[in-house]
Order: sequence, then structure tokens, then C-alpha cells
Amino acid sequence: MVSVSSLEHCLHQVADPEVPALSVMDLGIVRSVRLEDGVCQVDLSPTYTGCPATERIERDVREALEALVGAGNVRIRTVLDPPWTTDWISDEGLRKLEAYGIAPPPRRTSDKRSLLSIHKPLACPRCRSTHTERISAFGSTACKALHRCLDCLEPFEAFKCI
Amino acid sequence: MKWDTCDASVQYLLHLGDDALILGHRLSEWCGHGPILEEDIALSNLALDLVGLARQYYQLAAQRIGDGMTEDRIAYWRSDREFRNHVLVEQPNGDFGDTMARQFYFDAFHFLQLEALQHSSDIELAAIARKAIKETTYHAQHSSEWIVRLGDGTDESRVRITASLLRLWPFTSELFEPSSVDRAAHAAGWGPDVASLRGPWLDLVQEVLEHAELQLPESPAKLLRGKTGIHSESLGFLLAEMQSLPRAYPDATW
Repeated sequence: MVSVSSLEHCLHQVADPEVPALSVMDLGIVRSVRLEDGVCQVDLSPTYTGCPATERIERDVREALEALVGAGNVRIRTVLDPPWTTDWISDEGLRKLEAYGIAPPPRRTSDKRSLLSIHKPLACPRCRSTHTERISAFGSTACKALHRCLDCLEPFEAFKCI
Repeated sequence: MKWDTCDASVQYLLHLGDDALILGHRLSEWCGHGPILEEDIALSNLALDLVGLARQYYQLAAQRIGDGMTEDRIAYWRSDREFRNHVLVEQPNGDFGDTMARQFYFDAFHFLQLEALQHSSDIELAAIARKAIKETTYHAQHSSEWIVRLGDGTDESRVRITASLLRLWPFTSELFEPSSVDRAAHAAGWGPDVASLRGPWLDLVQEVLEHAELQLPESPAKLLRGKTGIHSESLGFLLAEMQSLPRAYPDATW
């Protein structure tokens, strides 16, 4: 008999296609998993609006769950509101990101927005130095920016904080 | 399909979606041509965010129209007179300064517009806005930083960004002139009174220009009617390219 916890366990194995170190559960995009009369209902929140991986993630989630509940028994709903934030990445997820070489997003302490951004230097995921600088606000995927460590001189990617 | 007689909420979604799609397409033209690699990537990222946002508006519009309507039909099978975007966003990329001036003016407006749309009485629209404002804040930071870097940079960068800001300035007045659809949307509580955004917009623009040690441009406004379908000739060329594939091969699928 399939249970909700076995479905959730299964989703812990579904990797983000662009940051495979993280599962969709680590990312915090699975808003709810329900099971009714053998039909599994999943609510997913997209990460970044322009992320081309959104549809791939939906397909991967569907395939993984169909292996448990059978083809045609998975309903996926996209939930925009409340909007996903990097604060929803689990503590485990933040640790995995750093171990993978991507500086994790800082937890947000306030919601104050300004057109002139103030960037707090991030810790280099390799040598831990905070003597780092941002090279580019945008990186190889919609979720990342590019930084450089001024001590070990290695460039590194950082998860954008939204 | 008569676009100007469909439900007012659908027409409002087309106003919003067309700005995002057309500016997103313009930015995508930079892909592979950016002045430096990081900026090439940045412009492509901005394009992705805006096209993603346009898709959300169009999907909602298609759902409300029903009758088999799709987001692709809305994007690829309307003519220039059926697009409802501001004339500002269809302006050609020009040089990097022109692109950044256009982006900076639009980002500041877009941020204020989304801030108001978060409280829309149309709850599906409000949900889109609450999501999009996060990325738009990021865009506005990026374009503001470039205005400061270029204005406070070399003699040449200063001369060129000054010229770009002046060139694009006359297109900004349309952002604050309500169309009949804007008025209906405001009356229904879906969106802001666009005229009321002008003051806060000027404050944002002025704040960044002061940091950049640049002056607010002075030139007469243009009388523009992009939101009623009267566009500059640039839009026709843009659509001819953007829509060419689905029009040549209507049955093509990915």
C-alpha cells in the first residue's frame, strides 16, 4: 500500500535538472502531496519565472510518482502564490549546495527593497574566506550569479536570493 | 478573433503580457552579441524572465477566453495592430546604452506597476505579480547599476548614456497615460491608476541619475498609442521575425 510518506520519500530522489545536488524536496518547491483513492495530487511552485527547467521538473516528478501509483494517477498543480523564495530551501539543501561548490543564498533578514542594491560578501564555498566579490549578477542558469574569491582566486557560483 | 471586444480582464492581461513578450524578445536579440560575456548572459536571463512572465499572463488569458485558445496563438497569430504593448519596449536595441536606458525606464515603471498589482482584486493576476516582482527588483537593480557605471564612468560612456537617456525619454510619457483598458482595470480594482505612478517613477529615476551624476533628460513627450494598437514601424519587423516559424510551419511541434 502506497502512503504519502513513501511518495515524499520518492520525491527526495528527484533531482533538480540544473542543480542535481538538490532534490525537489530540498528546494522547497513541493507545496503539498496528497493521496486520495489511489490518485496522487501534488502542488508545485515554480522557482524563477524564466527557469526553463520548470517543465522538466514537472515531468520528472510525474514519472517518479507514476512508478508508485500507476500511469495517469498523478495530478500536478502549479501554485504561484505565495511565491517561492530561497528561504524555502531546507537547511539540508543549503548544506548540499555549499558542498556542491555553490554558495547558498543568505537567509533573508528583512524585506527592504532598494534600487541600489547593497551586496554583502558571500563566503567562498572552497576556502571559506569572505574576501570575495561579485563578478556578475547573472550566471549560467536563472538561479545563479557569478562571484570570485579574492583569497584562493577561484571563481564560484552563488544561488540568487529571491 | 476580435481581440478588442473580448472580456476587459483579458484585454488587460494582453496589455501586461505584450510588454513582457516584446521587451523579452528584444533582449533575446542580444544573445551572442553582448559587449562582454557576463552581460550577454545577463541580457539573456532578463529575456527569459520576461518571456516566462508573458507566458503566465497569456496562459491566464487563454484560459479565460476558452474555446481552445492557447498562449502560442496569442503570441504568434496576432498582427501588430493587435498588440497592446507600450511603444517604448518595441524600440530597437540600438547600442548597449540605448538598451540599458530603455531597460532602466521600463524596470522602474514595471516595479511600481507590479507593486500595485500585488494587491489586485483579480486574485490570479495578484499571484503572478507577487511572483514577478522578485525578479523585476533584480532587473531594476541591474539596469540602475549600469546607468551609474556608465554615467560615472569614462567621458565616452557618459556622453553616450546621456544621449541614450535623451533618445528614449520621449517614449516614457505613454507609460503614465491610461488607455481605456487601463481605466476599466483601475475602476474594477484590477490594477493601478497609471497616471499616479508618474511621481514615484520620477523619484526612482531621479535617485539613480543623481548617483550617476546625470541630469534628468528634457525633451517634449511624444503622443503615443501603443496600448490601442498604434505602433512604430519597429514592431512589424520584430513580429515578422518572432512569428516566422509558426506561420511558415503551423503544425510544427517541439
